[in-house]
Amino acid sequence: MSVLEFRTAIRDAIAEELERDPAVVFFGEDVAAAGGVFKATPELHERFGGERVFDTPISELALAGAAFGAAVTGLRPVIEIMFGDFMGLPMDSLVNQAAKYWYISSEQASVPLVVRSAVGGGGRFGAMHSQTHGTWFQGVPGIKVACPSSPADAKGLLKAAIRDDNPVLFLEHKRLYSLKGPEPERELVPLGKATVVREGGDLTLVSVMKGVGDSLAAADELAADGVEVEVVDLRTLRPLDAETVLESVAKTNRLLAVEEGPRTGGWASGLLGAVAEEALEDLDDLWTLTTPETPIPYSPSLEDDHLPVAGAIAASVRDRLGAGVR
Amino acid sequence: MPRAQSVSAPGARGAEEEAPTAYLGRYGRMLLIRLFEAEMHKLFLQGHIHGTTHLSSGQEAVPVGVCSALREDDYVAGTYRGHGHALAKGTDPEALAAEMLGRATGVCGGRAGSMNVIDLEHGLVGCFGIVGGSIAATTGAALSAARQGRVAAAFFGDGAANQGYFHECLNFAQVLSLPAVFVCENNFYGEFTPMATVTAGGEIAERGASYGMPSRVVDGNDLWAVRAAAQEAVERARSGGRPTLLECETYRHYGHSKSDPATYRPEEEVERWLARDPLTVARGRLLDLGVGEGQLVALEEETQAGIDAAVAAALAAPFPDPEQDRAREFAP
Repeated sequence: MSVLEFRTAIRDAIAEELERDPAVVFFGEDVAAAGGVFKATPELHERFGGERVFDTPISELALAGAAFGAAVTGLRPVIEIMFGDFMGLPMDSLVNQAAKYWYISSEQASVPLVVRSAVGGGGRFGAMHSQTHGTWFQGVPGIKVACPSSPADAKGLLKAAIRDDNPVLFLEHKRLYSLKGPEPERELVPLGKATVVREGGDLTLVSVMKGVGDSLAAADELAADGVEVEVVDLRTLRPLDAETVLESVAKTNRLLAVEEGPRTGGWASGLLGAVAEEALEDLDDLWTLTTPETPIPYSPSLEDDHLPVAGAIAASVRDRLGAGVR
Repeated sequence: MPRAQSVSAPGARGAEEEAPTAYLGRYGRMLLIRLFEAEMHKLFLQGHIHGTTHLSSGQEAVPVGVCSALREDDYVAGTYRGHGHALAKGTDPEALAAEMLGRATGVCGGRAGSMNVIDLEHGLVGCFGIVGGSIAATTGAALSAARQGRVAAAFFGDGAANQGYFHECLNFAQVLSLPAVFVCENNFYGEFTPMATVTAGGEIAERGASYGMPSRVVDGNDLWAVRAAAQEAVERARSGGRPTLLECETYRHYGHSKSDPATYRPEEEVERWLARDPLTVARGRLLDLGVGEGQLVALEEETQAGIDAAVAAALAAPFPDPEQDRAREFAP
């Protein structure tokens, strides 16, 4: 079986969509000549030319504004806002222009644009290069938020995002760029559909991006203790597929949502609320494992302690369930 | 007061040789904006128009002059003071009035309101409620326009020249050679604050020059001057894919919004500008060019009658029914 690296999946997805549809353009800071600071987009500039793949000034307001204006007039822009932390700058174009256009124009035009960004901690990048902006936008109607956990999903979700007629924020966890995994089985992974990546009957563990791999590792560890964990990968935060989680919880009666971000205002606590609202009678227990309510620290010892890694997930489950799982 | 002299004399290509009747139509469009807004003002005071609204009376020569130099399929983006931008680009007055009244027949079905009008059929990418938003939207539309043989123009105020959007997008458009025309409607006040007290360096046009972008100050109350400057800018964009910044000096007759009586402006200044009302200037010029008083009066009466009919139809239209409204968060 051939193996696909996450960063190659990103490059291939953009290349295939540039090939497929002449309306697709790709631009951002250092994405063309340099091939991206995470080496996710090499050779696209050479292959498709400067009209379709180009470098821009370090001007996030202009980048996102240009993507919006281009999207409503016939192009399908894919842009890179290098780090998710920089998303405070282009937020106006995305929230006030792109997200609202389809609705307030009474459906005169859709807004087919994709904003790719590197997110997440663990790289010792410090407080302003390690955040995950998905939840900053999760409460904005009209925006989709995709957050892949594997190379195959990265490719299928990104291709689906580029073909989607709505603004999509595409989150790429930095610690996944070098991850290798199987080639995709299908070309597109639909936005808004979660997937069960491991089956089990005792507890439902829900996460996204790097958290999915950490949850799977924790599940292996807990299996040795006799706890059978089901792992759900949400794949997108908006639309949020609560249905798949509810089906799982109907079986396991326990829910743990693992989020690399603070609990307050996070997707994990929102998911718990949605599940409790629909299925209180199915629930024996539900809780979240998130980061502390502080900025992300730099020092390795502090950052490792800050993030909900596999060991922390397993420990949280043991602590919560005690000996009483069976 | 305006520092610019009319540029319609030497260097204004195409302006003088046109028949006065061409300008009669443009004067009619300015009149449409003026009379339309007067009706909207009344409807607001009567409680038919909700929230707030921002009148552009006094500034009509800028959008009419610029749009007269554009093709129907070119793009424009306007501001929350956008009635003039929409009407100048061709939006139907009845659909615009209905939108302001929140009716189902509005150009956006009543979902957008006065500040956020979108009319893509007429090339109006949108009116933007955030200061500087039109600059961003135009920069993007210019990316598409470059492929389509079109031009994209942004209207924005002097206040927007102090937003990040202005600097980032002008630089972006210049380095990427985009077919854009950036039209600053400098009415000398950012909301209630005199522009000079919050704007370093004097002329806004000089900021464009600092990016290597052809830029000029234009008498924004002179239809002929605005049109001539816009023609030059549009030609530069369409033939060479290069952007231009026009600083059009003008003045609003009302306050910033409906909650602002504009008491902060010296009476003498207001009177000076009222004496240079762009409609009065254009009317006098047309008379000088040999258009008859009777022709002008007929046009004025016809325009008012058209607005009366549009407003009556808009007022008779139903509100959108929440039960029937098939709101969809996402495009399918």
